[in-house]
Amino acid sequence: MIELKDLRFAWPRADRDCLAIDELQVASGQTLFVHGPSGCGKSTLLSLLAGVLLPREGTVSLAGRSWASLSAARRDAFRAEHVGYLFQQFNLLPWLNVIDNVLLGCRFSDSRAARATQRSGSPVAQARSLLQRVGLESGLWHRDARELSVGQQQRVAAARALIGAPEVVIADEPTSALDAALRDGFMAVLLGECRAAGSTLVFVSHDERLAARFDRAVSLPGLNRAEPQVGE
Amino acid sequence: MRALLSLAWASGWNRRGTLSLVALSIALSTLLLLSFERVRIDVRENFSHSVSGTDLVVGARTGSVQLMLYAVFRIGGATNNIRVASLEAVAAHRAVAWVVPLSLGDSHRGFPVLGTTPAYFERFRYGEKQPLKLAQGSPFSGELDGLYGAVLGAEVAHRLAYRLGDRVVLSHGSGTLPGSEHADKPFTVVGILAPTGTPVDRTLHISLQALEAIHLDWAAGTPMKGVAIPAEQARKFDLEPKQVTAALVGLKGRAAVFAVQRFVNEFEGEPLMAVLPGVALDELWNVVGVGEKLLLGLSALVALVSLAGLVATVLAGLNERRRELAVLRAVGAGPRHVLVLLAAEGLLVTLAGAALGVLASVALIAGAGPWVQSHYGVALNLSAPSASQGLLLAGVLAAGVLASLIPGLRAYRMSLADGLAPRA
Repeated sequence: MIELKDLRFAWPRADRDCLAIDELQVASGQTLFVHGPSGCGKSTLLSLLAGVLLPREGTVSLAGRSWASLSAARRDAFRAEHVGYLFQQFNLLPWLNVIDNVLLGCRFSDSRAARATQRSGSPVAQARSLLQRVGLESGLWHRDARELSVGQQQRVAAARALIGAPEVVIADEPTSALDAALRDGFMAVLLGECRAAGSTLVFVSHDERLAARFDRAVSLPGLNRAEPQVGE
Repeated sequence: MRALLSLAWASGWNRRGTLSLVALSIALSTLLLLSFERVRIDVRENFSHSVSGTDLVVGARTGSVQLMLYAVFRIGGATNNIRVASLEAVAAHRAVAWVVPLSLGDSHRGFPVLGTTPAYFERFRYGEKQPLKLAQGSPFSGELDGLYGAVLGAEVAHRLAYRLGDRVVLSHGSGTLPGSEHADKPFTVVGILAPTGTPVDRTLHISLQALEAIHLDWAAGTPMKGVAIPAEQARKFDLEPKQVTAALVGLKGRAAVFAVQRFVNEFEGEPLMAVLPGVALDELWNVVGVGEKLLLGLSALVALVSLAGLVATVLAGLNERRRELAVLRAVGAGPRHVLVLLAAEGLLVTLAGAALGVLASVALIAGAGPWVQSHYGVALNLSAPSASQGLLLAGVLAAGVLASLIPGLRAYRMSLADGLAPRA
């Protein structure tokens, strides 16, 4: 589902590569845990996987397509169609209500909306059923996102990433703002829903204790052959 | 696209407090631009409607604009009078159908007094060649019996609450100096004209002979010492005027207008000039046009300032919204979507402001129109927007679109640089 080959990436105006990965493959439906301390290039790697950044050399492919082979506009459309993305926090538009935030996941892709309709009858219906499954009580559904606690917001974000069953879900430390009890609940929901939807999950965190829940775990510093940069 | 617009709406609604202030300032500048244009058009229309059916205005040599201003609009004064004998020569020209003499200079409580002949009420035309109509009473006869009869313009009667039979005392000149009243010879209101929306409404009309009569015992602008001619005795004097201020001339056919104009301009008895009202008005617009352009330029600047306020407000909020942009990028929005989103927000604010401005200008003209008419004699039209108003409105909207592109492009560059990792 995801394939990295001979990847080299440097930020503009940097004189050294910050990522150099010879090979990484994630099979369809697999859950992958990527571990690394902060500042090791985790977010950069995820931006490359989501096609927001392009490598200097080598290829990053998702669902059989190399991001570099697509135009900028096609990359955005391709991402909308195939990728659900989760941030550490601030995943939602604060001025939209919960349901509309979840629907944002299929707002930029007709095929995501079509898949949601196919599974639940309509995108709204799937948004409701996802919110139910991630455990957000229905009294909150029509509240603005900013009125929710961080834990509640992350559940809504998970529902947004999962609506329309994207092939790949990419999560960037989504539990780091949650306390232990909330974190365990959230992990169970996220992994359960990805497995139920058959989505491939790439999950990045500095918290190694989470690794046991995944099909596979890798260490980014172990994978990255670029020299660590001083001062980052 | 509809999805983006509804997002722009939701995002704008979220910051409705600030944005509605910006919309209000755009509304005010739209109001300024539209109302200014409306007043400009209507003032021009009022001026050009003030006289029609008159082929030439004849007066002493001066600027043609000045002649029009005092003879037709009662603004300013004449530098010299013309002799009645000269007018008789003009009237004798074979192409001339009628001559109506005008004598100005006195006033009544701020309203100008016009000495003329009864022919004035038959010949004078305004607007689309409409004749004057009397709402009450009749014109002065021009006979000695009704010597002290005055016919009031609609506004004079309305503002000073005069009715038929009321007594009116005229003042010499503009009436600002003490002791300059013609108190010994009061006039009686014999007629009140129907409203015309022209300077006629603000004028008191008396006969030329009456004007002579009240000045019999005056010299050099003051009453003569030791001489007092009572009103009744004045009738025994020769009251035929020797001089008047100006005259309106009607021709038998328009074709002769330049020939008659040349005849008047080359008149040998005294220096005279004849102007075509339309040509003189065009000259007037050339003079006034400079001021109009300046005012229009200032109004446009005000509009630019409020649009700059829009740009500043949206830009200022942009840094705090970097996370929002990253979220949008993550769900598949491209930088161009972000651009459209921000530009749409600015456009919605501009549209709301402009719409509010249009409503306000309609309300202003409906509300203040009657007051303006009674104080300045200018009738403001509550009609569909004129082409020039439409252009101004389109200009505001176009400038709004351009202004909205500035934060849009900034957001575009931000979301390209930030990708999914906003720095804020």
